[in-house]
Amino acid sequence: MRPFAYSRADSVQTAIRAPTVADAQIESASVHASHQYVAGGTTLIDLMKLDVMRPRSVTDINALEHTPSGEISFGPRGLHLGALVRMSDAADHADIRENYPVIAQSLELAASAQIRNMASLGGNVLQRTRCTYFRDTSYKACNKREPGSGCAALEGINRSHAVLGTSERCVASYPGDFAQALIALDAEVELAGPGGSRRIHFEELHRPPGEMPHIETILEPGELILAFIVPSASWIKRSLYLKVRDRQSYEFALASAAVALDIDAGSVREARIALGGVAALPWRAHEAEQKLKGRRPDDEAFDEAASIAFAGAKPREHNAFKIQLGKLTLVRALRQAATMEL
Amino acid sequence: MTKHAPTAASTASSTGWSRRNFLKSTVASSMTVSLLERARADNPAPEKPTDGTEPHTTLRINGRDYRLTLDTRTTLLDALREHTGLTGTKKGCDHGQCGACTVLIDNRRVLSCLTFAAMAEGQEITTIEGLTKSDGTLHPMQQTFIDHDAFQCGYCTPGQIMSAIACVHEGHAETDAQIREFMSGNLCRCAAYPNIVEAIKYAKPLMERA
Repeated sequence: MRPFAYSRADSVQTAIRAPTVADAQIESASVHASHQYVAGGTTLIDLMKLDVMRPRSVTDINALEHTPSGEISFGPRGLHLGALVRMSDAADHADIRENYPVIAQSLELAASAQIRNMASLGGNVLQRTRCTYFRDTSYKACNKREPGSGCAALEGINRSHAVLGTSERCVASYPGDFAQALIALDAEVELAGPGGSRRIHFEELHRPPGEMPHIETILEPGELILAFIVPSASWIKRSLYLKVRDRQSYEFALASAAVALDIDAGSVREARIALGGVAALPWRAHEAEQKLKGRRPDDEAFDEAASIAFAGAKPREHNAFKIQLGKLTLVRALRQAATMEL
Repeated sequence: MTKHAPTAASTASSTGWSRRNFLKSTVASSMTVSLLERARADNPAPEKPTDGTEPHTTLRINGRDYRLTLDTRTTLLDALREHTGLTGTKKGCDHGQCGACTVLIDNRRVLSCLTFAAMAEGQEITTIEGLTKSDGTLHPMQQTFIDHDAFQCGYCTPGQIMSAIACVHEGHAETDAQIREFMSGNLCRCAAYPNIVEAIKYAKPLMERA
């Protein structure tokens, strides 16, 4: 691991005003950013050991647990999830389990108990891909790691890679689960940075790989996630997260679906669908949602929605199975949600 | 695997030496210099104020304060093993995938390999060495691991035990299935899993009574 300067911040102001933040020359959304925040450290320290991330300065923001960023609360705007809340605390929260099942399940089905105790919600949505060619620096070609170097996964072992939202420069899949719940539930993100505070839709946070796969989010240098806001809605209670993987536990998704349904008098009033394991970034399936609107919640409607959700899928040599697996995962998730007893 | 190896160890222990202490002292004296040199060669100092060292880090481990001089890169795992001599916590993968390095921080189970030592300052760290009472009585989880033969080689065991204690405290040890799910972050290459589940089931009521 390369040397770095370590500092602690006990408030948002001190965190974003740290001189090293202002000096950061490379966008913070890139793996090459010279400054990084650390909370749980489960992605950052791993990738620093692998020499994939090489920050010169690291600011420990764990003390922000004692600010609103460490809190879970319910207000008129909806559910407030502080960015420093740990995955396990949100997953175990009685009100979240009862009223926001898709959030609790997406967190509990991710990682291991130890990692969930460490990882913050803010860091969780920023976790980096598990693409082997990205994580192993002995592979020279990785546009995400070394812009312009190529993509070894295009013709390599790409079984775990994405079929939606990819580009000819990068086919890495987004590994997270919680982000699918947030994007499905129209969550918003509170940000603070050297340039001020702002609020964005969660759906705007991640960038598709396109021409610049090394820049994964729209975060400005030094910008920090403070909280997620999940607005109240009639479909949240009938929601769930279904995750399909090679192992039953402690494994990333091959395909997953976050779904929420508002069913009234035998027809779907509103649907929310997000897909994981199959896409380059947290993936909302808007067209599939529209297909369900006003329909009876049956397999015919669910099959059509799943077909639309994967209509634009682009398989590579080893991951074509993800299209069928993804469709069946979505259909099963919708079927289970439709039959949930509330 | 020669027949000679065990002799050295048993001779040593009979004369007041233990194999572990012998290895520790020889390995430490022969490795420190070369490791430091290699670290310097691989990592030329950047121009920013990153000489890599923090003046002092005080870690509270098993109720005792350790004042250490550490490089900022030192993980909690390496601080425990290399700087305090508490080698009970094991290094398996060093990447957060195996659970061998599990310790408790403020009674929550975490991976010490993915925690910088500096991040743990001011918190209560509990390692496998902190479980046994001063009179030598084992923690119920240690005892049931022995009683139920919940290990073969034993390398993952300290991590398994620390994780299992937290699993019970969290309330995630109600059923076999729940134990398996909430212990999935601790791998056992000897596959002692069925016995680990048994050990946890038997330790749970003992811990609740204690």
